[in-house]
Amino acid sequence: MDANQSSPPKLTRRNYSKIIRPIFGILVLGYILWRLYLVLIVEQAYSAEVWVRLLISGLIIGGVYALIAIGYTLVYGILFMINFAHGEVMMIGTFAGYFLFEITKGINVAGAGNPPLSFSDAYPFLSVILAFLVGMTVSATAGYFLEKIAYRPLRGAPRLIPLISAIGASFFLQNAAQLLFSPQVRDYANPQAIARGSGWNLMINESRIVITYTGVLTFVLSILLMIGLYVMVQKTKLGKAMRAVASDKKTAALMGIDVDAIISRTFIISGALAGAAGVMWGLHNGLVHFYVGFLPGIKAFTAAVLGGIGNIPGAMLGGMFLGLVESLGPTALGISFQLKDVIAFLIMIVILVFRPSGLLGEVLSEEKV
Amino acid sequence: MLNVTDLNVYYGAIHALKGISFNLQEGEIVTLIGANGAGKSTLLNTISGILHAKVGTVEYLGEIISDEPAQAIVQKGIVHVPEGRKIFAKMTVLENLEMGAYTVNDRQLIQDKMEAMFERFPVLRDRKRQLGGTLSGGEQQMLAMARGLMPNPKLLLLDEPSMGLAPVLVEQIFDIIQDINHHGTSVLLVEQNAHMALSIADRAYVLETGKIVLEGHANEVMNNPMVISAYLGG
Ligand SMILES: Nc1ncnc2c1ncn2[C@@H]1O[C@H](COP(=O)(O)OP(=O)(O)O)[C@@H](O)[C@H]1O
Ligand SMILES: [Mg+2]
Repeated sequence: MDANQSSPPKLTRRNYSKIIRPIFGILVLGYILWRLYLVLIVEQAYSAEVWVRLLISGLIIGGVYALIAIGYTLVYGILFMINFAHGEVMMIGTFAGYFLFEITKGINVAGAGNPPLSFSDAYPFLSVILAFLVGMTVSATAGYFLEKIAYRPLRGAPRLIPLISAIGASFFLQNAAQLLFSPQVRDYANPQAIARGSGWNLMINESRIVITYTGVLTFVLSILLMIGLYVMVQKTKLGKAMRAVASDKKTAALMGIDVDAIISRTFIISGALAGAAGVMWGLHNGLVHFYVGFLPGIKAFTAAVLGGIGNIPGAMLGGMFLGLVESLGPTALGISFQLKDVIAFLIMIVILVFRPSGLLGEVLSEEKV
Repeated sequence: MLNVTDLNVYYGAIHALKGISFNLQEGEIVTLIGANGAGKSTLLNTISGILHAKVGTVEYLGEIISDEPAQAIVQKGIVHVPEGRKIFAKMTVLENLEMGAYTVNDRQLIQDKMEAMFERFPVLRDRKRQLGGTLSGGEQQMLAMARGLMPNPKLLLLDEPSMGLAPVLVEQIFDIIQDINHHGTSVLLVEQNAHMALSIADRAYVLETGKIVLEGHANEVMNNPMVISAYLGG
């Protein structure tokens, strides 16, 4: 801009939005704070055990969101595109786990003369491990082919083009699943030992809270996978190559890095994490259908944006945060639980108003955006 | 060692290299000089496999390499230190060096090489845990060269290593290039600083709008009236 231009700034469209945005943000924030004040301080409508229960369920769902969000962020970091089919990659993993449990349920391991005992009830630990391995492998494979078929041919095309391809791939996978597995909603056959709803009992103020086995499994496994991923990206040769490719593909190639191979591996890793999230989703929520990846996919995408897209700890934080907001939000604000999605998105909007690049995202220059 | 024949490279409709032929013998420093936009970087990118020629070949140690991808060319011993240094800004100095050694699988070898780089570029040792992006321009150039040397290249392609550096640093960089060459690495040096480049090179080529217009021993080229008026400010 011309430095010796001394006329006052005009109210251009940009300036206008610069004023409107914070006002909008402050209004929404004010509303949220007012509701919080009413519910938490004036009415004190809920006792501690309600909050503990919501906190626990928030952490569990947050872990799932975080795992999926990492996939969005990894792919964005390396290709600058939103992989809109990522939710479907998760759905495929959920189905893979579902079929594994169906199969292990069908194998009778009881000796002759004994009452029937299925493989998955007899060896729950092994069956769960198998389900995760199968779910992660199948989703990783799906991610690999997704990139190879839907995105690689469009490398170098304008940025909108692969995005359209991603949406197309998402519809394709949903419809393919609907055709293959029928539109019916199926029950996930958990091994008996980790039946849905069963768990450890915790007494708070003489009321019982169940800490479900599936919840603990989901939370612990998602944390372990996140730690594993973080260490991988920071310390291993593959992880460093991924960072190098993300920061500059041409220079990475000059180092002797096979850029295409690294991009493939990024999709494989993202897919594996989404597959794990899918099996968790099935075990914990109990339902699987062709549409099961849609909402978690959108939520995790939101979480990735919230944390600062491209930033891995940001995706983890964003996922956890979104899970907690969605779980605690409706109650804390005294709003119907059915509005949890609205609240989650509203809070995301408020955060993005004040921090457009997300919680941990770097502030991008306008050209780079 | 390197034989380039009738190289033609296009950016879409733009004909950037128009039939370039030149060669480099083992042990030499050959410099390519030319104004901005002459096609120097395009030429290096084509040799290192980032770009591919429409017509013409690059032959290296008796093998045609012009269709190979960049990563295969690094493996054969040609390393390209790009214009503008291109340090991985969010990675530490150590990690940048590790990326330079990406094609090396022997950990001990990498360790030894890293130690050798710290001997040659002591500033890097002091900053090894610092992020690449926080280094000064001169330090970044040192890092870029150290990174390029990590896989022990037989041929080093340097694209304007002196760009934007203070005169003292420029001298230092050119001393290092000579030293690298004395240790057995052949060097193809692209420069706009024609005076310095010609003073350390064995032979030189002058590039103008995608064509080689002059070639010869460095001191011949340095005394050529056209070069003096166009590149040496005479
Ligand atoms: N990515 C590109 N797309 C289109 N044209 C390019 C590109 N890179 C370079 N050019 C053109 O090719 C010619 C040679 O450029 P370059 O090799 O960078 O020259 P030098 O390195 O000698 O300054 C110039 O005319 C430049 O504008
Ligand atoms: Mg150049």
